[in-house]
Parts: sequence; C-alpha cells; structure tokens
Amino acid sequence: MMMKKLIKVFLVSAGIIFLSSSAMAAKTSLTMGVVLEPPHLDPTAGAAAAIDEIVYANVFEGLTQIDQNGAVQPALAESWTISDDKLTYTFNLHKGVKFHDGTDMDADDVVFSLNRAMAEGSVNAQKGLFKPIASVNKTGPHTVVVTLNQVTGGFLFSMGWGDAVIVAEESAEKNKSNPVGTGPFKFSKWAKGSHIELVRNDNYWGDAAKLTKATFKIIPDPAAAVSAMMAGDVDAFANFPAPESMEQFKSDPRFAVVIGNTEGETILSTNNTKAPFDNVKVRQAMAYALDRQAIIDGAMFGYGTPIGSHFAPHHPAYVDLTGRYEHNLAMARQLLREAGFPNGFKAVIKLPPPSYARRGGEIIASQLKKVGIELEIVPVEWAQWLKQVFKATDYDLTIVSHTEPMDIGIYARDKYYFNYKSPKFQALMKKLDQTVGTDERYAILAEAQKMLSDEAVNGFLFQLAKHGVWNKDVKGLWENSPVQANNLTKVYWTN
Amino acid sequence: MAITLLVATVVVFLVLEILPGDPASFMLGMEAQEDTLSALRAQMGLDQPALVRYFKWVLGLLSGDLGISYTYDVPVSELIIERIFVSLPLAILAIVLSTVIAIPLGVIAASRHNKSSDLIIMGFSQLGIAIPNFWFAMLLTIVFAVMLRWLPAGGFAGWDAGFFPALTSLLLPTVSLALPQSAILARVTRSAVLEVIQEDYIRTARAKGVSRGSALWNHALRNAMIPVVTIMGLQFSFLLAGTIIIENVFYLPGIGRLIFQAISQRDLIVVKDLVILLSAAVIIINFIVDVLYAVIDPRLRGSGHA
Repeated sequence: MMMKKLIKVFLVSAGIIFLSSSAMAAKTSLTMGVVLEPPHLDPTAGAAAAIDEIVYANVFEGLTQIDQNGAVQPALAESWTISDDKLTYTFNLHKGVKFHDGTDMDADDVVFSLNRAMAEGSVNAQKGLFKPIASVNKTGPHTVVVTLNQVTGGFLFSMGWGDAVIVAEESAEKNKSNPVGTGPFKFSKWAKGSHIELVRNDNYWGDAAKLTKATFKIIPDPAAAVSAMMAGDVDAFANFPAPESMEQFKSDPRFAVVIGNTEGETILSTNNTKAPFDNVKVRQAMAYALDRQAIIDGAMFGYGTPIGSHFAPHHPAYVDLTGRYEHNLAMARQLLREAGFPNGFKAVIKLPPPSYARRGGEIIASQLKKVGIELEIVPVEWAQWLKQVFKATDYDLTIVSHTEPMDIGIYARDKYYFNYKSPKFQALMKKLDQTVGTDERYAILAEAQKMLSDEAVNGFLFQLAKHGVWNKDVKGLWENSPVQANNLTKVYWTN
Repeated sequence: MAITLLVATVVVFLVLEILPGDPASFMLGMEAQEDTLSALRAQMGLDQPALVRYFKWVLGLLSGDLGISYTYDVPVSELIIERIFVSLPLAILAIVLSTVIAIPLGVIAASRHNKSSDLIIMGFSQLGIAIPNFWFAMLLTIVFAVMLRWLPAGGFAGWDAGFFPALTSLLLPTVSLALPQSAILARVTRSAVLEVIQEDYIRTARAKGVSRGSALWNHALRNAMIPVVTIMGLQFSFLLAGTIIIENVFYLPGIGRLIFQAISQRDLIVVKDLVILLSAAVIIINFIVDVLYAVIDPRLRGSGHA
C-alpha cells in the first residue's frame, strides 16, 4: 500500500517535472561574443566599429536603416519624398515614437541630431556624410525637410549609417556611457572590460524584439573565444576572430557556421607618389607577382573572395577584374625590367595588428621576393599606423581592409594616403555624384573599377569574409555585414 | 619614496610624449576630418603645451583627481577601482594558494634532503617552472570548462552576481597563476631551510630534546623566512600588474588588460595613472616586506633597514 502510494507520488511529480520542462518556452536571452570593447556607446562620436556592433539598430535608429542586403529601408522616417531637382528631401516621421527615457521623438530631435553632427565643434567621425546638407528644417511636428547643396545619389544610404542616428537633446551628452535611443533594446549595464547588457524595450514603436535580453561579452583572445564557444559560455560570435578555428566548429553538430561577406576590401595599399611606386609599370609588375588565392589560403585559411579592384563582389555594379593581372612571374619581371629595375628593389611594408595584415604581409613578402622585390616587414600598432601611414603617408606599402560600404570615392580625394592623384578619376566620381539613374550609376562605377585596376593603384587582394559561429538553435542573425552591426531585432531561439 | 614617485611621473610623462600615436585620431578613425580632430583634441585638453599638461596631471594626482579617460570618457579612478576588485582578489588568492602549497612542500623536501620525496617534489617544481602559465591556463580551460563543464571558460561574473559565482570565475585563473609561483617558492623555501638546519643552534635545540619536527617547523622555518618573504614580495608585485597574459586567456577585466588596452588605444591618461599607481604599489609592498623582516628577525628591529 505504502509502496503504491510512493510510486504514485513519484509518477505525478515526474509528470509535473516533464510537463513543466516541455512547457518551458524557448530561451529568450542571447550572449554574444565580441572581440573589441567599444570605447563608449555613442555612435555619433567615434569611429570604432565596436560601438555600432552593439548599439546600431538595437539601441539607436536613424531616419533610414541599412538592411541585411545593404539596401536602404525606412526606419524613424516612415516615408519620404524627393523633389524633382533631387535637392529637397521631405521626411515623414513615425508618430508615437518614444526615446528610452520616455520623451517623444519628433521633428525637433531630427533637426537637433543632424545639426549637431554638422556643427563646427562636432566630433562626428563621419562628418563627411553630412557635407551635402545645406539646411534642416522642421515643417510640422513630424515632418522634416532636408535641403542639399548638391545632388547626392547616396544621401538616403548615408542617413542609414550609425553616425547619423537620431538622438535626443536632453540625453545626447550622456550617450557615451548611458545611451538613450529609440530602438527595440534599451541599454541596461556595462561592466567595463567584461560585458554589456541590453534589455528589451517594451514600449517599442515597431515590432517588438523576440529576445528579452542580450549580453555582449568581450573576448579579445582567439583561443579564449574558442573555449568560450565550446564551453557554451557564449551563444554566438558574429565575427569570429580566428578563421583557422572554423573547421573545428563545422565538425561540431552544436554549432552553425555561416560564412558571409563584408564591405572590407583588403588591399596592399601603395604609396603612389613615392619612387619606385610612382611608376605604373612597377605597380603592375607587383600585381602580376601577387598570387591572391595563395594569400587567401595562407592568411585566411581559404575564406575570402579575390578582388581585382576596390569594389565588393556582392554589389550589383561589380565587375570581375581578377583576370586583369593573372599571376605571372615572367610578366612581372619583364615589367620591372621596362621600369628600370631588372634586379628588383628594396622597400618597407608596415603591417597593422589584424591577422589578415600580419599573415598576409609575410606571404606577400615571399611572393614579391620571387621577382626581386625585397620587403622589410615592420609591424605597427593601430595608433602608429594611423599616424605614420595614414596621416603622414610615411610608408611604401601596407595592408589594410577598407570596411566602409561603397568607398571607391576615396580614390578621388585630394589628400588620401594612397597619394593617387588622378584628375580623370576625380572627374568620374564627380559625374557619379550628379547621376541619379541606377543603370547610369552602375556604368560609371564599372568604369571606375577598371581605371583603378588598369593603373594598379593598389594591390587588390580579397574581400574579407565574415566568420559567423552560433548555436544552431539561434535564428535571425545576419549572415553578411553590409554595415558593421549585430542587428538583434529579429533574433530568436528555436529551442 | 616621494622622490621615487616624482621621478616616475617625469619618466612616464616623457615616454608617453615621445610615443607615436594621437588619441583623437585613434578614436575617430580613418574618415575623420581635420576640424573634427582638433575639436576632440581640445575637448580632451590635448591642445595645451606639454608642461602645462604635466603640472595639471601631477597636481591632479596630489589632490586625488586622476583625470578623465580619453576613450571611455569616465573618471580614471572609476575605471581603476572596478578593475582592482578583480585584480586584487586574484593576486591575493594566487599568493595565498601558492604559499599554502609551496612552504610545506619546501620544508618537507628540505627535511627529506636527497630522499625520494625530495626528488619528486623538486621534479614537479622543475616542471612548474618550465610550464608557461598561459599554456597551463589553456589546459585547465579545456579540461574543466570545455570537457567537464564544471567551471566557466573565462569572464568575470562580477561581485554583484554573488560571492560564489565571482569566486568560481576566479578559480582557474588563480590556479594557473599560483602553480608556477609555488614552484619557484618551494625551491626557495627548500634551499633556505636546508641552509638553516645545518646551523649550530638547530643541533643545540635537538640536543636539548626538541623533537625533529618541532626543530624544523618552529626554529628552522622562521629563520628561513627572510629569503622566502623577499621572493613573495616580488611575486605579489608581479601578480598585481603582470597578470595580463592570464587575464587575456580568461578574458578577465583586470588591471593588466586595462593597461594593455589603454596603451593600444592611446588612452594615455589611463596609462600614466596606472604606471604611477603600480609604482606606488611596488614601493608599498617593499615597505611591507621590510616590516616583515623585522617581525621575523627581532635583531633587525630598531637598527633601521636590513
């Protein structure tokens, strides 16, 4: 009798446990690993990609937003009209949008945000985005008119950058440590050096996020990142720091490995005014001497798409120019002879810290050595790189990934560290700015890609891949990164 | 002491003046425009002449104001205090663990001089010195975090998450720091005790009927402590600042990581403050070691320094 009762109790309690565990909803919190800690959390006051990786689309929103495919989508502006002369943009804002501190988001905030970014004392890292703006005016509580001083084809895209998000006048100064935006997640906590927590904004104006909490753990060391994934301490790494570990994750059924693309054109930047690199034949010889696939295999463990110019392969206007300089040592030697360097020459290559640069630099040095170009490898820190290479252009060669989307325009700048000064290219970019039709724009972009390739301005290496690893039950993370962001608004667990 | 620190401030300031790299351009990146950069430099006070900045900094230090971090834009003191709550417990736990392991082993090895237990202990200590602590740390992570899943692979739960979660996250780092330290400490203890037990007063004590164990633990050990305490002082200074590799392996937000990050981001004010703070810590530890000498050896009392 006693025994029967005990069994009954046992079965009932087992049933309760079973039911309660199966009725338990799927997980609603996500822990994501990030390599770099952001210096602060205000995307309008710093260039660090680490800021956008946490707050873009999650905490802060702009008038427009860039989606997973790199296309412009409405965000705080629900619609807009463009005048016939393409100089006046009228934005109609969503009504009823509130900042996380409860204040209303309206036309005043938009006027404030854009004026603040353009102002003289502004510390916006992408102030150039706002240059075409002549004036910003409120014409109604939820209507803003932006007047441009020149036709700017990419203006709506520019307004989707993290640097152009809408902030409130009351909270703007404190956004660095306590970001207040309009997004589906609110900032909750930042344990410096350790992790940053966001929680769901239950008063969000749009579709609410499925996650209730998102934690970003800062893990700079690649080996530690592997252990953290393996031990289950983190659920996802959108940008895993070590391509060499991808195979290990692929063979583990717990993980989904997703290789996507980025906007990072990785190039062997060349100082075009410094001898002997001012000679186009020398640059072309180097292009022939480079074996891109060997660099991708050696430095990136096979992840990356070869490029033949400064343009992303997934963009519709892309022209495949990788065949322009087929790896050919004889051709390289001949060009060097024609340029007056039959025995090659010596040069210095300065390498910033990322592994694509350090590893890629060693491989390139050995490849160029085959045609007599001896490179001395000098590793530098980022701060040194910015000062010596980027600012002072005191360098011969360097390797860097240019991660801004659609940045072919940098070759038209008067002062840029490649020192490529081509009036022809500058005229082409000017024409692009004034062209609005898509087909015409693509034709100009194709011409621009060819020009850079023909003149071998830089050694065009590969498009940086995005190495994503996450728990196979996590859905909705971005495969590609058209902007440097971890948009968590659609992320959910299936289990 | 004050003069040492003053010299340290001059050296640190000069070195960081020479160091190439501009904090403003690091923060604003490649697309930044010249007027934006100078606006930020003015905001950080970097547009003032070096001498003015030096005196502002030193006077600030004297009044307890460590300045505002360039990158984080919060008071440096806040940053350092957060990190000290990770680094200091870690250093203390590691030194306690290594002492608890090393001293008994060292004494046992000395008392069984050239016997098998001595050889085994010294063999392990040789191994402990030879194994790099980051490698040992990775091994511990693979076994206890990845395979057994008993402990987290890294990170710091924070003291506000509770005492035990915080302690658990410091466990593996403590062990990986303590083991190589204890290997060294055990060797030092062994040779110090070996030297002392050959002294006449130990033989006298034994002759007066003191047991072998008592002679060893009460008479020999105390006299052997001077070199041991010296090494412990050095080790503790090292643990306060030199745990950067272990902090990286376990991604702990400690002082070592802060200084490393500050250097690469050119958060120069944080670097300067930390170097001065660590110099002060080393000076204080040396002072404590001196005091301990006097506690251990009454002959050193009243006669100044050893």
